[in-house]
Amino acid sequence: MFTSTLFASILPEILILIIGMLILIVEPFWKEEQRRNVGWLTAGGLLIAMVISLLFGQPGEPTATLGGMIRFDWLGFFFKMLFMFAGAATALLMMDSDRLGQRGEAYLLLLASLLGMDLMAVSSDLIMLFLAIETTSIPLYVLAGFLLADDRSTEAGFKYLLFGILTTTFMLYGFSLVFGFAGTTDLYQLAVMLRTGDLSLASVLGILALILVGIGFKVSIVPFHFWVPDVYEGSPTPIAGFLSTASKAAGFAVLIRLFFVSFPNFAPSWTIALAILAAITMTVGNLLTLPQTNIKRLLAYSSVAHAGYAMIGVVAFTQLGAASVVFYLAAYIATNLLAFGIAVAFSRVTGLEDVRDYAGMSRRNPLLALMMLSAFLSLTGMPPFGGFVAKVVVFAAGVQAGYTWLVVVGILNSVIGVYYYLNVMKYVYLYRMPNEDEENHPVPLTRPFAIALAVLTIGVILIGTVFAPWFNWSDAAALNLF
Amino acid sequence: MSFPVLSIITFTPLVAALIILMLPANRKNETRSVALAVATFALILSAWVYFSYDQAAAGYQFIERYEWLPALGISLYFGVDGMSTPLVLLTGVVMFTGVLISWGDDDKHVMAGIQDRPREFFAFLFILAWGVFGVFVSLDLFMLFFFYEIAVFPMYLLIAIWGWAVTREYAAMKLTLYLFLGSVISLVGVLAMYFVQYQNTGVLSFDMLQMESADFSQTFQNIWYLPVFLGFAVLGGIWPFHNWSPDGHVAAPTAVSMFHAGVLMKLGAFAALRVGIMLLPEGAKYWQWLIMFFAGVAVVYGAYIAFVQTDFKYMVGFSSVSHMGLVVLGFSTLNREGLIGAGLQMFSHGVMTALFFAVVGMIYDRAHTRQIPELGGMSKIMPFATVGFIIGGLVSMGMPLFSGFVAEFPIFLGVWKEQWLVAVISSISIIITAAYILLNIRKVFFGKIPEKFEGHLTNITVLDKVAITTLCLFMVLMGLYPSFMVPMVETGVENILRLLGAL
Repeated sequence: MFTSTLFASILPEILILIIGMLILIVEPFWKEEQRRNVGWLTAGGLLIAMVISLLFGQPGEPTATLGGMIRFDWLGFFFKMLFMFAGAATALLMMDSDRLGQRGEAYLLLLASLLGMDLMAVSSDLIMLFLAIETTSIPLYVLAGFLLADDRSTEAGFKYLLFGILTTTFMLYGFSLVFGFAGTTDLYQLAVMLRTGDLSLASVLGILALILVGIGFKVSIVPFHFWVPDVYEGSPTPIAGFLSTASKAAGFAVLIRLFFVSFPNFAPSWTIALAILAAITMTVGNLLTLPQTNIKRLLAYSSVAHAGYAMIGVVAFTQLGAASVVFYLAAYIATNLLAFGIAVAFSRVTGLEDVRDYAGMSRRNPLLALMMLSAFLSLTGMPPFGGFVAKVVVFAAGVQAGYTWLVVVGILNSVIGVYYYLNVMKYVYLYRMPNEDEENHPVPLTRPFAIALAVLTIGVILIGTVFAPWFNWSDAAALNLF
Repeated sequence: MSFPVLSIITFTPLVAALIILMLPANRKNETRSVALAVATFALILSAWVYFSYDQAAAGYQFIERYEWLPALGISLYFGVDGMSTPLVLLTGVVMFTGVLISWGDDDKHVMAGIQDRPREFFAFLFILAWGVFGVFVSLDLFMLFFFYEIAVFPMYLLIAIWGWAVTREYAAMKLTLYLFLGSVISLVGVLAMYFVQYQNTGVLSFDMLQMESADFSQTFQNIWYLPVFLGFAVLGGIWPFHNWSPDGHVAAPTAVSMFHAGVLMKLGAFAALRVGIMLLPEGAKYWQWLIMFFAGVAVVYGAYIAFVQTDFKYMVGFSSVSHMGLVVLGFSTLNREGLIGAGLQMFSHGVMTALFFAVVGMIYDRAHTRQIPELGGMSKIMPFATVGFIIGGLVSMGMPLFSGFVAEFPIFLGVWKEQWLVAVISSISIIITAAYILLNIRKVFFGKIPEKFEGHLTNITVLDKVAITTLCLFMVLMGLYPSFMVPMVETGVENILRLLGAL
């Protein structure tokens, strides 16, 4: 029962739990002003956990562990590494955030949701999956509403909670129908049942629609995106960054596994449905981004659009498609965390979040401006940044699967993206601060910000230039699905 | 493997950009010195490539190949042939002269060169140069596209930050959107080619030399030729997608205009040739009439619009549309003469238009106006620049003994062989060009100096003179001694004709 495979398969989760307990033990003994150092502990601990997992926890042949609850394969492992990386970066970004980084429980909640995400990526059972999703969501509800004195934050937390519960209920209903029809909760056996049993297409599609409500909420595809701008705007900015990257990617991990593994027989039907959803998501997301003036709302709507791009890979329903989604998410996590990180660093000094307030930023801190340029150009999909390769791979998967029309929608949308992303860079590089001398208003970076942003920038550039290892890992992850 | 000269040329600007970004912001002269040193180095290397290219052996030379992503068949695959070698040299020349022009002048009255944040300016300019070199030397379709996109985005910043305050935001955004849209449309075509090649031959690779034998069906080529060719040709300023180009030229700072008109438009034309015509030759034949029509319109219409401009820089900008139209017209003939002419015209126009923009920039920096009616008598203030502009003008008109003639004559010859009517109609542009060049030379450089300029206009600097001399040298050299470039381009054209099945 307790084999080494079992331990290896949940090694990252064990390590995360250890870090959490360490925080619980250490934090009460630290003085108020020292408590931000919990961030170092979290980030450092996660990095060590990643290294240990890479050394001892690498999956071999896909195996089922914990009585079929968990699937131990590259897909889950790669996602786990991505989540932990995102968690470490977020912890660093939280450290100097006002009223957030000085409190140990914030890091603990972050770790708790990270634990849930890791399990989401590997769950191969509906019950496990549901528990994992809840473990992820509940700490995030709290984190979104963490700033009690700030009405917007409270509103964000509550809104996120209400929407989350509502959509989860739909998903749970879908799960129970699956169990009722197929008599199993195991995702892999489900595929067999669905192939042999004579279920009508309509009922399967109905179930899928119900499940999609819950997952669509997580990955924020239209029409389940209404919470996104308000929650991102209201929650503490580092948390918004975490929501827009790790949480979204976790949703995709579930989406890929569930649809690719359990419902391959009904592929032609749901791929078309998802293709239409992807097209709508991209278009609506991009069009709604155009009028935004708040940097967090802008990034929020654009993250909706990015969910649409990544969806092209799911729609393709090929190995290249799955690999492209994973690759896209890797590039997107680094890029969007960088973008949010810059927003955190900037508003920590200035207290401002409007795009107009970024005027003169390139003179106030040229290095930060360059990092911002990298992030936004990567979001636009320009080389030599990660976003470019990611987009090309996703589009390639679309073309290969014959969804050329969807790819055309995608490229037209990325042209809209060029407009609003460059518009922000216009403020950063072109405009001056009104009636002020920029030299007197520097934007200094504290050490955690400097480290996190530098690492993320290098990551974005590495994914965009030396893309072979990243793609090979994504490909290895995708291989497990077919 | 021999000395990896092409990757050194390609990555030198990138390394230089990173070094420049690390210099302190207030060290302006050091920044410029580094930039100039790097540009000189790149010029020497590109000249070395040009002169050591073995014309007798022809084909692709200086080949380097590094596997980059074997799973998808992407490799860093560099090599140049008779078509791209002159363009590499051109990039070296324009980069060198562009840096010289941007040096700046300590004189407070002259707002010449780049005074505001030269560090960022040169860094972005060199990233642009990185992309340009990359496109010209890439033999891998993915990397070609990668570098092509790299050449697009720095333009936005270069124009929006250092451009002409009146229109820079509008022009920069318009340019970027046009070019990005064009390039992503060709991307879809490129991806389609990639997968169809896989279906036909079982090879998953972006290697363009391999793709040449991918057996694309006639229907496939007919469908995808237009998106691919036109998508790239947008950057070549093809009518009716040329609208971004004069606006972009005018709003850009001098060095960027030079780069833009001199090199970037060649980038579009070259990519359209390399990917469109060479990989989809049957499609090129099928749509020949349409491309010829577009190019013919561009030639005459561009010249006519240039004729009626009162803004000196807009005049040069529209003349670029007209001359690039000649390049595409040469492509559209799909015969030996036309293609040789197009290859030569790319180099000739690049040098000539760089010179035009340099001189226009020098005048504007001093007179603070580009309205032709307000200018006059510049030959008394800057005789050197005047001589340079006149040489450029003669090239532009296609006078014998200058590079323009060597390039344009074969183009018209080739067009005549395909469709004499197009040749007759587009040759009208020569007359219009001669008219506006001569008229404007008279108005701007001769006559009386307007009173408001009397006394306080200064002559151009030594560095400006070096730049003008360099550019003029190539135009005269090519005109007096066509063998300098013609045999080289001919080897490249042989290869294209082989693909077209015309040999």
